[in-house]
Amino acid sequence: MADTTETELVVIGAGPGGYAAAFLAADRGLQVTLIDANPKPGGVCLHVGCIPSKALLHVARLITDAREADGWGIHFVRPGIDLAVLRARKEKVTDTLASHLAKSCKDRKVAYLQTRAAFADPQTLQLADGQWLRFKDCIVATGSSPTRLPAFDLDSPRVLDSTGAMRLDDIPPSLLIVGGGYIGLEMGTVYAALGSKVTVVELTGGLLPGVDPDLVRPLAARLGSLFQKIYLNTKVARIEAVDNGIRATLEGQGVTEPQVTFDKVLVAVGRRPNSRDLGLEKAGVEIDAKGFVRVDERRRTSNMHVYAIGDVAGEPMLAHKASHEGKVAVEVITGEPVVWEPRAIPAVVFTDPEIAWCGLTETEARQQNRAVKVARFHWAASGRATTLGRSDGLTKLLVDPESDRLLGMGLVGPGAGELIAEGVLAIEMAATARDIALTIHPHPTLSETIMESAESLHGLATHLYKVRKS
Amino acid sequence: MASEIKLPELGENIDGGEVVDVKVGPGDQVRQGQPLLEVEAEKSTVEVPAPAAGRIGQVLVKKGDRVSTGQPLFTMESNGAGTAEPKAAPAREAAPPKAPTAAPPRPATPPVEASPAPSRPQPADGPRLEAPARPAAETGEKVVPAGPATRRLARELGVDLRQVRGTARGGRVTQEDVKAYVRDLASGTAVRGTVAPPLPEFERWGPVERRPFESVRRRTAEQMTLAWTLIPHVTQHDLADVTDLEAFRKQQSDGKGPKLTVTAFVLKAAAIALKQFPQFNASLDLAKGQLVYKQYYHLGVAVDTGRGLLVPVLRDVDKKSVHELARALTEVAERARAKKVTAEEMRGGTFTITNLGGIGGTGFTPIVNYPEVAILGLSRSRLEPVVRGGQVVPRLLLPLSLSYDHRVIDGADAARFTRRLAEMLENPLMMLLHA
Repeated sequence: MADTTETELVVIGAGPGGYAAAFLAADRGLQVTLIDANPKPGGVCLHVGCIPSKALLHVARLITDAREADGWGIHFVRPGIDLAVLRARKEKVTDTLASHLAKSCKDRKVAYLQTRAAFADPQTLQLADGQWLRFKDCIVATGSSPTRLPAFDLDSPRVLDSTGAMRLDDIPPSLLIVGGGYIGLEMGTVYAALGSKVTVVELTGGLLPGVDPDLVRPLAARLGSLFQKIYLNTKVARIEAVDNGIRATLEGQGVTEPQVTFDKVLVAVGRRPNSRDLGLEKAGVEIDAKGFVRVDERRRTSNMHVYAIGDVAGEPMLAHKASHEGKVAVEVITGEPVVWEPRAIPAVVFTDPEIAWCGLTETEARQQNRAVKVARFHWAASGRATTLGRSDGLTKLLVDPESDRLLGMGLVGPGAGELIAEGVLAIEMAATARDIALTIHPHPTLSETIMESAESLHGLATHLYKVRKS
Repeated sequence: MASEIKLPELGENIDGGEVVDVKVGPGDQVRQGQPLLEVEAEKSTVEVPAPAAGRIGQVLVKKGDRVSTGQPLFTMESNGAGTAEPKAAPAREAAPPKAPTAAPPRPATPPVEASPAPSRPQPADGPRLEAPARPAAETGEKVVPAGPATRRLARELGVDLRQVRGTARGGRVTQEDVKAYVRDLASGTAVRGTVAPPLPEFERWGPVERRPFESVRRRTAEQMTLAWTLIPHVTQHDLADVTDLEAFRKQQSDGKGPKLTVTAFVLKAAAIALKQFPQFNASLDLAKGQLVYKQYYHLGVAVDTGRGLLVPVLRDVDKKSVHELARALTEVAERARAKKVTAEEMRGGTFTITNLGGIGGTGFTPIVNYPEVAILGLSRSRLEPVVRGGQVVPRLLLPLSLSYDHRVIDGADAARFTRRLAEMLENPLMMLLHA
């Protein structure tokens, strides 16, 4: 019989949800064990997700900005790309952050175990080495993995998922991206900037399905010139390995050349919760049809000692949602009367231009048949956007017609990901459009577009003269 | 059908105000309860809601106008089903017999009363019942407008945010609002709202007439609910032998002076008894953990008027003669019935007397007029056989019903207080000893 150790709280998965929970629990005086298969904490987000992709997108932006400097009379030579240095720098970024987290574990006396764990019974985990770990409470924060489609399982180094694409083994002369969601478009932006001819195939009628079309439009226009080809309403029927690459068969309207050969293929068709191989059934933890762990508003599962947070506990699969949930779970465990009740969760697509939104979207309002007032402010009227040479952006507010309260915000344009935080705060604080209009914003900045959108709901915005229809 | 939307009564003794915002224009479709304009009166802003769904015809006032109660503000073409005039209601009964299925569609938001309640001015020193009377859920908002820290604080304090009145712009609830609500709860000035279950459709069993719950009536209802909910009531009954007092009163009522009523004598006796039993002239301040003993004797007298119950207050009753009291009483009662009594005249009472003797009855249990702690009810005096010195003699007995706040007053003291009152009424000379 293997040894049994005991812990007050065990957190399975050291991503941004898991480590945030573990750190807060330790700060609240709990004895905490944090388990992850990686040697260092950080999870997908830090090692093969948000962070390295943003480092690469930063580089992509440098390249495109240098190219667009031509228009200002500044001419750079074509950049030379040292892939080994770029990879090393990217890894240094993630290593630096991961080391900080590892040190934080030590400082806070969180026991970090590099292993895998599965439930043996409702209050015991079995670790990969056979050891038993009894816990008082457990937080499942195992995250998600790229969805794998059997048809694309070629076992070829030319077929990548997001993790593989992030490794940046080479710059393929041609790259097929299956899926026009945010992962496909972000990685497509990186590879296109580095010199790949990128083709995107999206099954639905638009890029970034679910995002308001008016926000997607400026991005689609820019990607249309950056990418080789964007196919909409098109399916990749199959792929097969051929001598010089991967041959893809495309089906859909507007496909003139059904068979195309690419050097590499990135499959980015979504993510699935990591709820298998955890022995959840032995712990009495229920999952739903999509594989998400069922949780209540306190993030508690059907086992009262087990909580679930982050991607494994449901949409939206976003790091910041996970860490906030992790804090809620810990506060529940320490006996505080809290529930998960955000009024707005921001989402950001880090393409160029960026797209960001929070709260209610126009698409959702339509689906719910909910009356909203919409204010749109085109960045053509923004001085700051014009100085940046980027007047294709848009700021949009959704406001309750009765209470004037902000319900949602959408942005497209450079810096949208930073600007959206104001919308989240405004919604959480139950701000009215008038509150926003009366708040002084710095000039000249892109944030003024938020104030002016709000002004346009109550009269005319300073920099936008448009007679209201109603 | 066209109708006029008039400025409703904004509150007691407020006859109008200034238009600060007109929210709709000609041709606008409005829902029942939708705010049409804002009027500022006595430093508070009141929204005038649409009495029914319909289309605005003309806008008869503009921002900055002074408007008075009853003045037409808009003309409106109603959508048929809901009409602006209450008296038009019977028209619906002429509808086909399948009334339940032909009922008009439910409005998106719960109907809002014709006279605006949320920000109606309240006496500065009077009780406040806004919060439980108007939970945010009722105003049609799905979520309570409050920031995350406020929401968290409410959970920590066990407060249902829907019960808290928001004071920030647009009714947003702040942390201060939550704390104030808790303070009020602790001090007993707020009541945890009890939500009445939905009413049946009374029309199922016969015709009904629906009338607005008018301002004075609503105010009384709020005050009574508050007092009944907050105060553990006990009523002490006693009988005062007023045979001699009545003889004296009749003898003195020669038609020259003011009309000497029993109430005038009772006022005098009560002021004396209150001096001897100061806890009956007190208020309980739970927030500060204090009993507030008032060193003045301002007695309210309940007056039954055409508008409902009003309680004007007679000042410094202890310093006034019975004649003066009788004169003041007659005068204030007349003004109350003529709607001339001001809000200020109804504030600051320390004890209340309510006399139903003119109507009849043998006793009742009055409700304490919060934040006072006791109220004296008088019923009809009647001749009854009383044993005196071994003889059964007819005596005129006045039933006294003293309701009191048992948090402040013990039963024995209440019995003593009532007895003392009875003794003074039985032997008016005793009043001389203390007056």
